[in-house]
Amino acid sequence: MNLTLYVWRQKNAQDKGHMETYEARDVSPHMSFLEMLDVVNEQLLLDGKEPIAFDHDCREGICGMCSMTINGIPHGPEKGTTVCQLHMRHFHDGDKIYIEPWRARAFPVVKDLIVDRTAFDRIMQAGGFISVNTGGTPDANTIPISKKAADTAMDAAACIGCGACVAACKNASAMLFVSAKVSHLVNLPQGKIEAAERVRKMVAQMDKEGFGNCTNYDECEAVCPKEIPVKFIAQMNREFLKAKFKK
Amino acid sequence: MSSTQVSSTPVQVAAPSNTLTTSIGRKVFMAITGFLLFGWLVGHMIGNLQIFLGQDKLNAYALTLKHLASVIWIVRIVMLAVISIHVFYGITLWLRNRASRPVKYVKEATVQATLASRTMIWTGLGLFLFIVYHLLHYTFIVTNPQYADLHDSLGRHDVYSMVILGFQNYLISIVYIVAMFCLSYHLSHALASFLQTLGWNKTEVQPLIKKIGYTVATLMFLGFSSIPIAVLLGIVTLPGGGH
Amino acid sequence: MKLDSKIPSGPLAEKWTKHKFDLKLVSPANKRKYKIIIVGTGLAGGSAAATLAELGYNVSVFCYQDSPRRAHSIAAQGGINAAKNYQNDGDSVWRLFYDTIKGGDFRSREANTYRLAEVSSNIIDQCVAQGVPFAREYGGLLANRSFGGAQVSRTFYARGQTGQQLLLGAYSALSRQIGKGQVKMFPRSEMLELVVVDGHAKGIVVRNMITGEITSHSADAIVLATGGYGNVFYLSTNAKGCNVTAAYRAYKQGALFANPCYTQIHPTCIPKSGDYQSKLTLMSESLRNDGRIWVPKKKGDTRPPNEIPEDERDYYLERKYPSFGNLAPRDISSRSAKEVCDEGRGVGETGQGVYLDFSDAIKRLGEDVIRDRYGNLFQMYERITGEDPYKVPMRIYPASHYTMGGLWVDYNLESNIPGLFVIGEANFSDHGANRLGASALMQGLADGYFVLPYTIGNYLARAGYGPPGTDHAEFKRGESEAQNKIKKLLSINGKRSADSFHRELGNIMWEYCGMARNEAGLKKALELIPALREEFWQNVKVAGENEELNQSLELAGRVADFLEFAEIMCWDALTREESCGAHFREEYQTEEGEALRNDKKYAYVSCWEYKGVGAKPELHKEPLEFENVELATRSYK
Ligand SMILES: Cc1cc2nc3c(=O)[nH]c(=O)nc-3n(C[C@H](O)[C@H](O)[C@H](O)COP(=O)(O)OP(=O)(O)OC[C@H]3O[C@@H](n4cnc5c(N)ncnc54)[C@H](O)[C@@H]3O)c2cc1C
Ligand code: HEM
Ligand code: FES
Repeated sequence: MNLTLYVWRQKNAQDKGHMETYEARDVSPHMSFLEMLDVVNEQLLLDGKEPIAFDHDCREGICGMCSMTINGIPHGPEKGTTVCQLHMRHFHDGDKIYIEPWRARAFPVVKDLIVDRTAFDRIMQAGGFISVNTGGTPDANTIPISKKAADTAMDAAACIGCGACVAACKNASAMLFVSAKVSHLVNLPQGKIEAAERVRKMVAQMDKEGFGNCTNYDECEAVCPKEIPVKFIAQMNREFLKAKFKK
Repeated sequence: MSSTQVSSTPVQVAAPSNTLTTSIGRKVFMAITGFLLFGWLVGHMIGNLQIFLGQDKLNAYALTLKHLASVIWIVRIVMLAVISIHVFYGITLWLRNRASRPVKYVKEATVQATLASRTMIWTGLGLFLFIVYHLLHYTFIVTNPQYADLHDSLGRHDVYSMVILGFQNYLISIVYIVAMFCLSYHLSHALASFLQTLGWNKTEVQPLIKKIGYTVATLMFLGFSSIPIAVLLGIVTLPGGGH
Repeated sequence: MKLDSKIPSGPLAEKWTKHKFDLKLVSPANKRKYKIIIVGTGLAGGSAAATLAELGYNVSVFCYQDSPRRAHSIAAQGGINAAKNYQNDGDSVWRLFYDTIKGGDFRSREANTYRLAEVSSNIIDQCVAQGVPFAREYGGLLANRSFGGAQVSRTFYARGQTGQQLLLGAYSALSRQIGKGQVKMFPRSEMLELVVVDGHAKGIVVRNMITGEITSHSADAIVLATGGYGNVFYLSTNAKGCNVTAAYRAYKQGALFANPCYTQIHPTCIPKSGDYQSKLTLMSESLRNDGRIWVPKKKGDTRPPNEIPEDERDYYLERKYPSFGNLAPRDISSRSAKEVCDEGRGVGETGQGVYLDFSDAIKRLGEDVIRDRYGNLFQMYERITGEDPYKVPMRIYPASHYTMGGLWVDYNLESNIPGLFVIGEANFSDHGANRLGASALMQGLADGYFVLPYTIGNYLARAGYGPPGTDHAEFKRGESEAQNKIKKLLSINGKRSADSFHRELGNIMWEYCGMARNEAGLKKALELIPALREEFWQNVKVAGENEELNQSLELAGRVADFLEFAEIMCWDALTREESCGAHFREEYQTEEGEALRNDKKYAYVSCWEYKGVGAKPELHKEPLEFENVELATRSYK
């Protein structure tokens, strides 16, 4: 099939950036979206032009590196799928495809489709952990944890930190990401000890990074490649309120 | 080295946060004030619906309220504060949210966010304008000063007639009906949303909560708009020689 | 060169305890005076960085991704082994040790492997304390599953995302230290050179991948945790960015490369669908429990699978290995798949695939049971191939997955360059010629949490603190070497992309140094690789410039290193005239076609020393001594 691509090109953080049009010819339906871009890039390179820069690494939907908005939807139209796992069979001959970077003040564009997501790391550094040092921990079976609690924690922990939630949110809010971490830890007995401190610190850092505010659009949940539900945002709100009443 | 690259400096955590100033804190205020407004409106609506019980009942109700003047004023002041907070935070949050995405997508798309959720600020502002008008219209009787002189046979202020006279004007009725649509649209998102904000969401019951929210929002619309509609359709009419 | 493995004396089970006592310590007050550089934030690097920072050292950490959380450890699915014996099924440190050393076909050190088994339990304790949500039983205790090469259930797992959860544990511990300022984190930074001053590793040269700036960083000790080199085959289950660059540049500075030819090919991956294919995706081995593997008996049979009658199918694993059948170990099933495809009986558009058929299991157990067991894998398969494995048999093919070889290290995980430590997949230490499932995660975390933090102190206490300034001549030399290479790459302006060279190299390696190797093939590869390298340096095209984010430059640099490194791999495979583990030399097999080990001549670690680009590296041997286990022959008939 043949496709027309409208791609955001921006040389660096200072550049203003613009959309450019490319034709992708003879695209096989078995290609992944990134492989389609690889082919376009190979041609650009050989034509003496700059290939399109985009982040990617594992290409199997787990590292969270790949990040692009396709026709307005982060990671594209397939539910529960990262763009590296999105295959071209979901597109049709003659389709026009808009490809843009994640858009958020807290995620400035570095180049083309690559953005800076270190804000997420800083939120984690502010409190996204259980403060244990290596060694001296009790036997792993000392504290039994109900299967339900462990499963819920795992549902939240499945977050790959790609930032699609921010990119999809009309407010560029990071609540789904932050709440996934808060919920992961607070559902485990080990994580309860620092619960109040953690949520305060992470929320404070989240605000400081310039993310928007949640207005419960639920767009984040719709595009999350790991289908993390917004109920975790509610849990974080709850934890936050609880923390307010704890000194 | 570029500033985007090295996250080497220790994170400066804002002092364990004051609920009022954090994003979640503001939202909680929105939710609580919104819910108070909602509660107040439910009461208001039930009061208004007494119009269907006839002139006597409604005017008696109005008089009772008048006798409770001090209580009413407290409620009014509280509600003024409540709505001020709601509006103030509503606008500041909206501004902050807009600023969070300085460069827009060339191609915008929405997967599941409802139109109601995306237009909260507009339905809200619409409501705000409406409330100002409504107060001038019926509470302080500024726009139509002639209503002030209406009295029923017992000499009470004839609220009943005032309402009917008001709504016999198509334009005014339409303004009210549109405003009530705004309200119910606002609430259709707000009712499930405020529970989520206050930390209550279970994935399994969420669809039910949303349904209840829509139903209540619709009932609010039907309840409030039934009055102008009934007046327009001539179901509720002026009492014979009502001056 | 004298290779001292520094294995402590004494009985196997007491070596590590004794050694820990003998190691010199750095006093708590002095730790902050030492600076340590760690390259890599996978399980090995992430856990080491967090632990060393907790101890009080000043740590700088580098990785090429935008966040330390994205290291390729994140992709591990299956699980992590530990000798907890929670299932009461007879597991023990000794049994885990024995399974690992046997699984590695007796080509690893007893002492290292034993230590790995010994600390395995602590890893699980540590991870649970950090909040890793391992799978649990209804009673609230930890669940286990069994994995290939073992008869006990000792694998801990977190759904199909064990690597992710373990890495997030290490990453959160690391984040805590970054937040405290104890660790300086440098993401999007690629290590290009190792700097050795007066015989000791004292720094690295790094390219800032956003600005292109080349900078030097010095420290009292350097730790490489840069993962494996499976991408030498181009197509592999590794992430696109996985590379040999860091390890290879250290090799060029004199570090020995051990057993490079031990590369594991995983039998159950989704086959490639066309020339544009950029990577291969692993399908969990557990599928082989219920799936039957077959190809048509006839060559070039293009009928759809359901139209091929039962008697025209060849269930070749069941035929050749009646007792293990479809559950034959990784290396054996991989080789058999290649054989039938080479005969022209492969399936799918490319002819590089075999069927993994669930129709019998579905008939026997019902679709629901199968969905329950493998639902998410089937979904992943469908997402990639667009085919529904409930209706059509899956197509699978082997792919490069893991590299047992790596930089040589002694018992302290220190390379032959003093002050250079290598941990995780980047070293060669614990898996011999073949790694068992679920033991790479174990090794990475053992190295980072529980071994290196002790052994590095011993070096530091002896060597003292105070790294040389980065204006030292050796740093300048490293910087200019890195810069020259970049300049050269940018100036060639040829007609082929680095990617196309990488593909071609991958084909050569897959063909001649892949699942089965022979002398003629390896010699041929040793002719083809230098020629390809030659062409690369004449004809590669790299876009843009250095002073910007430049992905084609990054790639070209990595491919250039693979093009040199591939040769050592072939030399190693050529000189190891036996078959062991994942290294199968066609000349050395039994009459039934099984691997034929030669313990008399080859019970050693091959350690290669750099002698110049294109020159044959020099082989040093570290003999392997087995005092506690008997060298047996693996049989799966
Ligand atoms: C698909 C898949 C599934 C697997 N499943 C399992 C399993 O179930 N159980 C199991 O035990 N093992 C499994 N393995 C193997 C295991 O995941 C790896 O061996 C292990 O995680 C390697 O960890 P590491 O810390 O050594 O390296 P990695 O996690 O690969 O980390 C390497 C780090 O080095 C950095 N780096 C590399 N080069 C440079 C450079 N030049 N400059 C700067 N930084 C650099 C990277 O940024 C990264 O941070 C699997 C592997 C794959 C590919
Ligand atoms: C008087 C009638 C009103 C009622 C009953 C009402 C009720 C509510 C409720 C219950 C919410 C949900 C809060 C949450 O999501 O947690 C809400 C949200 C909101 N309201 Fe109102 N509101 C009213 C008037 C207004 C007005 C006058 C404005 C004008 C600015 C406004 C603007 C908003 C906005 C922008 C939101 C979304 C905020 C967010 O979700 O972050 N509302 N309202
Ligand atoms: S590239 Fe890793 S998730 Fe897409």
